[in-house]
Amino acid sequence: MKRRTFLKNTLVASATGTALGTALVAPGVAVADSHAEKADPFQASSFDDALKAAGISGVEESDKIAITAPEIAENGAVVPIGVASDIEGTEEITILIAENPTPYAAKFTMGEGSNALVKCRFKMGKTSDVIGIAKVGDKYYSGKRSVKVTLGGCGG
Amino acid sequence: MASKYKTRLKVKEKKGIVNVKALISHPMLTGLTKDKNGDKIPAHYINEVVVTANDKVVMTANWGGAVSKDPYISFDYAGASGDAVKLSWTDNQGNKGDAEKKVK
Repeated sequence: MKRRTFLKNTLVASATGTALGTALVAPGVAVADSHAEKADPFQASSFDDALKAAGISGVEESDKIAITAPEIAENGAVVPIGVASDIEGTEEITILIAENPTPYAAKFTMGEGSNALVKCRFKMGKTSDVIGIAKVGDKYYSGKRSVKVTLGGCGG
Repeated sequence: MASKYKTRLKVKEKKGIVNVKALISHPMLTGLTKDKNGDKIPAHYINEVVVTANDKVVMTANWGGAVSKDPYISFDYAGASGDAVKLSWTDNQGNKGDAEKKVK
């Protein structure tokens, strides 16, 4: 019986938690307004929603987008990821981590004269594909790489 | 008041390409984690980083909570020695920080 009530309580708690979370976040987004998009892709909870919110569509896979990431990440809290685009005129690089609660991780807008290469460290909840999307003109090209996350160091 | 968030910047020029490396000490909380009592820890993360060289924007980064704690970032741009590189960031709670360095 205890287990039952416990489960029930946690379920309720998480549900209200999410509701509260969104309510709290919403005004912050409105004030900051640093994203020109209508919906905030950073809040999207699925990969497709994130792409939609970011206004990314018609993504073509390309082998010119190179993603450097460890094949096995021992610590999911710090995964070094680098994305390089060999396509000339890359304006933006978006990094998504498919299995994260909020897949949209970061967007880098490259200024004039910068070569499209960024390195950064990300959190990853579990084993997932890392997707780098480069914006060239109004086209999008993507590269993919899967990263295994082993928590607890059991070798996964 | 000195900011509790340290921003470190490193710039290096090689054959017309300037490499910018930055390290910001920041908790980067996603808002999904819970504390000991099971209460949610509010989200606290940097959502915008702007890097300028001689007052010209070379890179803008929009981040979410998925970026690791104490974020590190590295990128290149075509520049020359003597450029004044400035990095400034803002987080979702309105904190700000910046660092400035001249390319040697």
